[in-house]
Amino acid sequence: MRVKDRASERSSDLASQFMLRKAEREGIETAWDRLEKQQPQCGFGQLGICCRNCNMGPCRIDPFGEGPTKGVCGATADIMVARNLLRMIAAGAAAHSDHGRDLAHTFLLVAEGKGNGYEIKDQDKMMALAAEYGIETQGRTKEEIALDLAKAIYAEFGKQEGPIQFTRRAPEKRVELWQKLGVDPRGIDREIVECMHRTHIGVDNDYTNLILHGIRTSISDGWGGSMIATDLSDVLFGTPEPVKAVANLGVLKEDEVNIVVHGHEPTLSEMIVAAASDPELVELAKKHGAEGINVVGMCCTGNEILMRHGIPIAGNFLQQELAIITGAVEAIVVDIQCIMPSLPDVAACFHTKVISTSPKAKFPGATHIEFEEARGYEIAKEIVKTAVDNFPNRSAAKVSIPDVKAECIVGFSLEAILKALGGSLDPLIEAIKSGAIKGIAGVVGCNNPKVKQDYNHVNLVKELIKNDILVVNGGCNAIACAKAGLMTLEAAEQAGEGLKGVCKKLGIPPVLHMGSCVDNSRILMALAAMAKALGVDIPDLPVAGAAPEWMSEKAVSIGTYFISSGVFTVLGTVPPVLGSANVTKLLTEGAEDVVGGKFAVETDPFKAAQLMIDHIMAKRRALGI
Amino acid sequence: MEGNIFIDPERCLACKSCELACAVEHSQSKVLFQAIFEEPRPQPLVKVELVREAPIALERLTSPLQCRHCEDAPCIAVCPTRALEKRGIEGPVLVHEELCIGCKWCVLVCPFGVIGLRRDGKAIIKCDLCFEREGEPACVEACPTKALRFMTVAEFGRERRRKALAELQRGLVLGKEQRLWR
Repeated sequence: MRVKDRASERSSDLASQFMLRKAEREGIETAWDRLEKQQPQCGFGQLGICCRNCNMGPCRIDPFGEGPTKGVCGATADIMVARNLLRMIAAGAAAHSDHGRDLAHTFLLVAEGKGNGYEIKDQDKMMALAAEYGIETQGRTKEEIALDLAKAIYAEFGKQEGPIQFTRRAPEKRVELWQKLGVDPRGIDREIVECMHRTHIGVDNDYTNLILHGIRTSISDGWGGSMIATDLSDVLFGTPEPVKAVANLGVLKEDEVNIVVHGHEPTLSEMIVAAASDPELVELAKKHGAEGINVVGMCCTGNEILMRHGIPIAGNFLQQELAIITGAVEAIVVDIQCIMPSLPDVAACFHTKVISTSPKAKFPGATHIEFEEARGYEIAKEIVKTAVDNFPNRSAAKVSIPDVKAECIVGFSLEAILKALGGSLDPLIEAIKSGAIKGIAGVVGCNNPKVKQDYNHVNLVKELIKNDILVVNGGCNAIACAKAGLMTLEAAEQAGEGLKGVCKKLGIPPVLHMGSCVDNSRILMALAAMAKALGVDIPDLPVAGAAPEWMSEKAVSIGTYFISSGVFTVLGTVPPVLGSANVTKLLTEGAEDVVGGKFAVETDPFKAAQLMIDHIMAKRRALGI
Repeated sequence: MEGNIFIDPERCLACKSCELACAVEHSQSKVLFQAIFEEPRPQPLVKVELVREAPIALERLTSPLQCRHCEDAPCIAVCPTRALEKRGIEGPVLVHEELCIGCKWCVLVCPFGVIGLRRDGKAIIKCDLCFEREGEPACVEACPTKALRFMTVAEFGRERRRKALAELQRGLVLGKEQRLWR
């Protein structure tokens, strides 16, 4: 009797398939199993027509029209869907902006001389930021400038009146439009607070008004909190430059102490990387019988250390449990966001320690070692030592590391791309005008077990490059493409003739890794630069965006700030808005007339690619190229 | 109250309010906020299952399913202790728990898979059409989209005949207007 192989249906990644089979043999539950148990999922939730915002509820709207068509307060489907969407944007923006706040705090500590292990690595970028904030630099020490800059950026979070400085990096026409629409953000925290206020019972009940505020909030994330996180991470840890690296679970080593860093903030992962090369700790590892200490990353914090140091990346979102299941991980060190609370349960089957570090993110069953920037290196050493001391507890019989990994070239910050182009965008713009490159696609976002892992990510990107569209990416999509070998110079062979030629000439892969999810702000800056160079606004550019396997609320904020910036964005999993025809219409049609960008929903990656290609070709025709 | 539970899967959104309401109705307290703390924990006698998957909720097909209260019930035929009994022409098939030995032959022969096991394993459990409840079965009352309805076969037939005839009449009127016949 042939047993159906579920692993190959759940993931298109060979390493994941290998681990899923091991999980099944050993009876370890994964996210995929839990999704199955949840089936069928509630249709009211899927449609977005369930409201729990007050205790007169919980309310549901009958989409078939026979049952209730309004909540107790009178909220219609339009109101419920819009309010729910606004709360998703708020949560996503809050996550990104809080990350930015933490980076701003670290920068402030460094500026105050309390850095203790952190320092200003990119002096030039810091000076450029100071100039942007109008901070006096003549005849002042860099410490004085840094302090003023740190205070100015920190203040962006608590502002009551705008503008948020980085929003002014957008093209003038864009900023004017935002001002005209009343969506120019006033302060990072303020917009999120107002989301929560407006969605309280009996406040904003106009779905267009709610979504406009959602647009404003998303802008305060993309051109605010996230952009601050990106730029300050560059100042503190260095602006990424092209670097070779390796991706997938095969980067775990049988003969070394394996430490997985997972989560989002480089303030932690950079310290772990540094501590892992501390001679004392390496010595200790050898004493325990290990050849060395192998730090690998996962998800966005993995992307941060990948981009800046070429630290190997073990996998993306859906592989976090699978990494532990290899049996070869001494510690998985986590901070915030996208960390499954199931990790300690999976780790309990092995010797693996789940080490939580943030006071904001605790997990039952994890070992909590609270990380403070002021004692960053010291605490990182404590964490690494905990992992090293755990090495003798590894059970060789339980170890099985899939021999699957791929080489990649990453580190394409906007600065690095400009350098690769020879110092200006002109070669790229010429290539676009000549048609060698038809346009640029930004492909981002998470994994979601509702989609065969990486199937949408990789196939969408392959279709795009086949059609001479240069792909810039980040987040879990970038990791998926790295694992699929799309980030090598050889990958240009999979591109159309035009793109292939450009890649070979410039010595770049056809898919450029721009970083973590806050680094989607790099894509925004690239769009602004291109628009300025061509003398147009962002909606006129031959570009499109996609989030082929998104799941998080952060993705909702990202998608919203991309359409608010004028980018056509295709979503690969269905958002909970279909319960309101009006909201759906606004997001997929009307938004284009208002902000120049709109959403499309397409679960098939080949069809999604076609939507993006058609859009790009139409923009080309409109530009007359 | 005689009647049957009629299912319209196209109306089902898999919210499982029916499961919840059924469990509460068959609990000791019959109140949700107490039922969740009872020992043994209440069990639903109706279950919602996926029929056909689709990424968009309204294109997906899911359905609740409970005992069909068969007239010539396989479970009644096979029960060695005669613990199962059909009561009334459009009434429930009931289990007399004190007679049930938990042999599970009925579970084996039920073509609908709607017989379950009590948590302590001492008897089988199945939908009893809420025969002791005042009003409609709890699942029917709980369903927010009217995917579950309670009526006699006569009533159901009448409703469907009227609907079919309304369609026909529309066709007749249209045909007349387009002069397809006199």
